[in-house]
Amino acid sequence: MNDAKTVLELRNVDKSFGPIDVLHKINLSVKAGEVLCLLGDNGAGKSTLIKTMAGVHAPTSGEILMDGKPVSFSGPKAAQEAGIACVHQFGGTFPLMSISRSFFAGVEPTKGWGPFKVFDRKKANEIAVHEVRNFGITRIDDGDRLVGGLSGGERQSLAIARAVYFGARVLILDEPTAALGVKQSAHVLRIVNEAKRRGLAVIFITHQVMHALAVGDHFAVLIRGAIAADFKQGEKTREEIADLMAGGESMADLEAKVGVQA
Amino acid sequence: MSEAIQTAKSSKPIASRLSVGELMRSPAMGAFVGMVLVFCIFAAFGYHKNFISIVGFANWMNFASMIGIVAIPVGFLMVAGELDISVGAIMPASAMTLGILCGPYELPLGIGMLITFAMAAVIGCINGILVTRTQVPSFIVTLATLFAVGGLTLTLSVIFVNRPQVAYEAPELAKALLGDRYFGFRASVFWWILLSGILYFILHKSPWGNWIFAVGGDPESARNAGIPVNRLKISLFVLSAVCTAFAGMLQVAAFNSAQSATNFPLIFNTIIACVVGGVVLTGGFGTLIGIFLGTMTLGIVQQGIGYTDIDRNLSQLIIGIMLLAAVLMNGTFQKLATSWSTGKKED
Repeated sequence: MNDAKTVLELRNVDKSFGPIDVLHKINLSVKAGEVLCLLGDNGAGKSTLIKTMAGVHAPTSGEILMDGKPVSFSGPKAAQEAGIACVHQFGGTFPLMSISRSFFAGVEPTKGWGPFKVFDRKKANEIAVHEVRNFGITRIDDGDRLVGGLSGGERQSLAIARAVYFGARVLILDEPTAALGVKQSAHVLRIVNEAKRRGLAVIFITHQVMHALAVGDHFAVLIRGAIAADFKQGEKTREEIADLMAGGESMADLEAKVGVQA
Repeated sequence: MSEAIQTAKSSKPIASRLSVGELMRSPAMGAFVGMVLVFCIFAAFGYHKNFISIVGFANWMNFASMIGIVAIPVGFLMVAGELDISVGAIMPASAMTLGILCGPYELPLGIGMLITFAMAAVIGCINGILVTRTQVPSFIVTLATLFAVGGLTLTLSVIFVNRPQVAYEAPELAKALLGDRYFGFRASVFWWILLSGILYFILHKSPWGNWIFAVGGDPESARNAGIPVNRLKISLFVLSAVCTAFAGMLQVAAFNSAQSATNFPLIFNTIIACVVGGVVLTGGFGTLIGIFLGTMTLGIVQQGIGYTDIDRNLSQLIIGIMLLAAVLMNGTFQKLATSWSTGKKED
């Protein structure tokens, strides 16, 4: 994987909102077929970083490069067109819509002409079911089912399958496992691996170290808006990472403080 | 833990009961059952007064058509997660505008209608822009425009014609198209059906309809999916205002006069029709057929009561009970619709 091309790179990215500096000199890069885990506690600036990569915010200074060329996105739509897809915790799916309608929301396949273009339900169902099943959710066989009937993990997978189908090359997953149980999380992690296998550059945001270690190739820990550590799989143990995330304060100290019996 | 159990259960084949389940889960089913039930009850109690006759049928259909033309676009807004109660003022405002322009001021009807539609579109646009720009709930925004437009209508009526109402008789052809009765059915019934057909196509067949559901389901995700959420909402407010204006014009054509008093019952009637028709108040779900059936049900209860020996005042009570039952049923249908995988029904 060392010869893989870097897809997305951030160089010295700063972001401030008025007088408040949120991100300082962020340097990150992610290659095709690689999972970059972005770890950080609440308030570390993860959301702002995601939004900066996804085109919601423009960096105050520094540059974003895609395939080695500097880019600037006018909005999330522009970032999407460039191939950066962001899947939020519960996002991208609509509980009371059918799987295929949800899959194609905003980019509906149509048949017919002029003002009589109709949503091509058959085609949409076929594609949606096929794509989702390819990601390993074999339980879905009917595109007319409502999304609300899927489990949390399946909804995430649907959103990821959707992003990949619509040409995403960089997949930003914002805390995809935060609200899920153990089994469902494993499900999502499998999907992450599948996306990686297909050669996508995945940025996996989480504060669950175990989940990160399970799929990550490359890790970055964000503390108060700056990259506090940047290392590869196998270079640090779970405890070391947890300590880093807690802001250098060792987990053992923390446990002592709250009286946990280790 | 519970999730794991549910997943295990759902791995059993469930194909055997899908066809029945499909029908039961069909979102318009509740509205249909409700309408048939109400119809049967009124048919039984009103049989001796000819409830089941063309005249009886036309009677409540005429009443329902005026609500229906407004209820459908209001239902669209509900599906998109918004509410429009300003229709109660837009209807008399449009009726008065048309009546004043074409009556005392003697403008040709076509031009009068065009100006009236434009005025309604502007009000709808104001509603839409206020809602999308300010994040104030649409209930409050349209409540404000309801009173503002209502007050303005009264004031301007007094200024222009010195009275809060105006008489205007439409030319023959317009009267035939917009106001006359055919076999007891007013023209508005046919317009209602035509409009339902067009809007059915938009909501359920066109890609645009998909956007309405998406926006109501999760505005943030809809925006991320590239759907122009604000533009869509503004268009829906304009649609609702323009359809309401059309209903107002039909009223003028039918009754040869326009009133400027705000039509408060219309607000409740449209909301009731939508909810009884299975539209979810929080957005993201609803069907046109449901709204249509809900409006019919409301028409039967409001007008059909006259064909029975039941005290007229009790129709309000029936509507209240119906509304509650509908909301509870909507919840059940929603659960049924979304729980196919969890196997909860077997518990």
